[in-house]
Amino acid sequence: MLEIRNLHTSVSGREILRGIDLNVRAGEIHAIMGPNGSGKSTLAHVLSGRESYEVTAGEVIYEGKNLLQMTPEERARDGIFLAFQYPVEIPGLSTTYFLKAALNAIRKHRGLEELDAMDFLVLVKEKMKVVEMEQELLNRSINEGFSGGEKKRNEIFQMAVLDPKLAILDETDSGLDIDALRIVANGVNTLQSAARAMIVITHYQRLLNYIVPDHVHVLYEGRIVKSGAKELAEELEAKGYDWIKEEVEAARGAGA
Amino acid sequence: MSQALAEQDQYLSDFERFEERGAAPAWVQSIRREAISRFAALGFPSTKDEEWKYTNVAPILRIPFKPAAAESNGLTTVEALERTISISLPPERLVFIDGRYSKELSSRRRLPERVRVSSLAAALANDLEALQPHLARYADFKTHAFVALNTAFLEDGAFVYIPRGAIIEEPIFMLFISLGGGKAEVSYPRNLIVADRDSQVTLVEAYVGLENGVYFTNGVTEIVAGENAFVDHYKLVREGEAGFHVATQQAHLERNSNFRSHLITLGGSLVRNDVNAVLAGEGVECTLNGLFLAAAQQHVDSHTRIDHVKPHGMSRELYKGILDGKARGVFSGKIYVHKSAPKTDAKQTNKNLLLSKDASIDTKPQLEIYNNDVKCTHGSTIGQLSQDALFYLRARGIGLEEARGLLTYAFASEIIRGIKVASIREQLDQLVITRLGDKFRGKERLL
Ligand SMILES: Nc1ncnc2c1ncn2[C@@H]1O[C@H](COP(=O)(O)OP(=O)(O)O)[C@@H](O)[C@H]1O
Ligand SMILES: [Mg+2]
Repeated sequence: MLEIRNLHTSVSGREILRGIDLNVRAGEIHAIMGPNGSGKSTLAHVLSGRESYEVTAGEVIYEGKNLLQMTPEERARDGIFLAFQYPVEIPGLSTTYFLKAALNAIRKHRGLEELDAMDFLVLVKEKMKVVEMEQELLNRSINEGFSGGEKKRNEIFQMAVLDPKLAILDETDSGLDIDALRIVANGVNTLQSAARAMIVITHYQRLLNYIVPDHVHVLYEGRIVKSGAKELAEELEAKGYDWIKEEVEAARGAGA
Repeated sequence: MSQALAEQDQYLSDFERFEERGAAPAWVQSIRREAISRFAALGFPSTKDEEWKYTNVAPILRIPFKPAAAESNGLTTVEALERTISISLPPERLVFIDGRYSKELSSRRRLPERVRVSSLAAALANDLEALQPHLARYADFKTHAFVALNTAFLEDGAFVYIPRGAIIEEPIFMLFISLGGGKAEVSYPRNLIVADRDSQVTLVEAYVGLENGVYFTNGVTEIVAGENAFVDHYKLVREGEAGFHVATQQAHLERNSNFRSHLITLGGSLVRNDVNAVLAGEGVECTLNGLFLAAAQQHVDSHTRIDHVKPHGMSRELYKGILDGKARGVFSGKIYVHKSAPKTDAKQTNKNLLLSKDASIDTKPQLEIYNNDVKCTHGSTIGQLSQDALFYLRARGIGLEEARGLLTYAFASEIIRGIKVASIREQLDQLVITRLGDKFRGKERLL
């Protein structure tokens, strides 16, 4: 479904991603872990088409297409969804209105009929259950005055409504208490399917107690320095990231 | 002789002809004469005048406007009118064509006894007793040239008198249509609204241009809220592409009254609105909200002044501007707290959104405070659409143009949501959406 080859990106002239290779197939869950500042969010934004990140080398193939040439909205309409680490607050625009516009843009692109207000409401009511979302939040301006947990739930709720093929969850677990974490993780698990792939970015292992990944990758200084099965996450939890850092330094020393 | 002086002369000779023609009570004639002599002394303002620093009226002076002639027009039915202007008209309405009252298009309901809703011309003909104590007593024709000009030519407009204790539930609608057929005419709508003590009324003043010819609307509206009265006022300016609109709205607010004003400016080539409120009694609550949208070469100037004269007054002001293309916007907001107004609580905010790099805004918030025992704040911002918000919307599948439209609307909606009367809110909402672009046409409300 997604093939990233030797991806390099810079922000304001500074190289952040320095050669990422990653293969994601339908039905798989990939966890990407790594210390703060290693480039996890950068990768997520580049995959979603944020223009402020410059791709200096490499390519990304998504369902046979050159992803990097597509606008953010084209990617979304083709099934890519990013759950933001820091969801944006938009005063004056309600989640329901915004989400209906988004869903209909996607449906139109897929050759489906646009949903009217009634059908949309029915869908919303059903998807609200996925993350125990309250109606009142949906009528409010997007994320305005939401708690951290409400914002993250809103992201997963939007994912449930938009039904993406590839979901990238950027630290959806950060800043959540254990109850909120359980709700969010449950929601994500409900949405798991053989047709859908997920890239779950997290700083901590605890989310992976609920969402079981097929592959775990460690991102450090803009490179994937280690990949493994779900046990790698447990190892990281036990040993911390210093262990990875030391390995990288040692490898660098040996290479020199 | 300079161009401005020649132009002024033309208005002076128009006045002579106007005086010969127009019969009016002696006290009205004497006000008109006083006003024209003030106008003669003042002349038109230039950008050297502090209050006109950012608005050059030269484009208005360049055109020899003639007083609008009374004439019939193609608008024979209300349905045709409603279709043409995309505004639905309530049953209680006064309609004016090029400044003159149209009996055919106006409509009246049975209002409580002693409530007066009529044309000013009719009120003057009968010399109604509520006129003399109020007419031309508030809007300052001594220092403001355009108010002076309007006062000199005052003849027709809306007259609304709400007697003591009367509660008028349905909005009273005043529609000023400019045909804009290209005859370069000037009209002088003059409105007087008096809400006596303990009364309550909602008013809508709408100025709408029909065609793209050049014309000039020079208006004055005086509003009196008596003790404990509640006045909710809306003004919509949607003049034609080549329409000029220069108007002053002057509110005189007595003890414990509550005045809410919304000014929505959507169209006109050069629009200048002075919105002034004098909190003349204790405990007055005054809200001035405004939204202006300008694109292409439009120039929109919103000029407000709030005078806190007595203690315990509260004023809240929020003006938002959206400028696209090469449009220029001006916001000037003065809050003047007199020495006699301790315990004043005033807050003024101006926020502007620039949608193109060629659009600009001059914003000038000013506090003048002559009493220490007050709470006053003001602030203004100028910004662009947030890149983070745009990306958020696009990352959900919404196209760039629609995303820009949604965020622009979101910016405007703060003002729309502040409108308490649902029928007015929905209608203005629709007009704003239409103005924001064809993309939204035909779709449901965004709120
Ligand atoms: N827009 C930006 N401008 C400048 N530097 C950035 C920007 N975004 C990210 N960075 C830098 O790139 C590095 C990686 O950031 P990020 O991808 O957010 O890391 P992570 O999500 O792994 O914590 C950090 O050093 C960060 O400061
Ligand atoms: Mg991050």
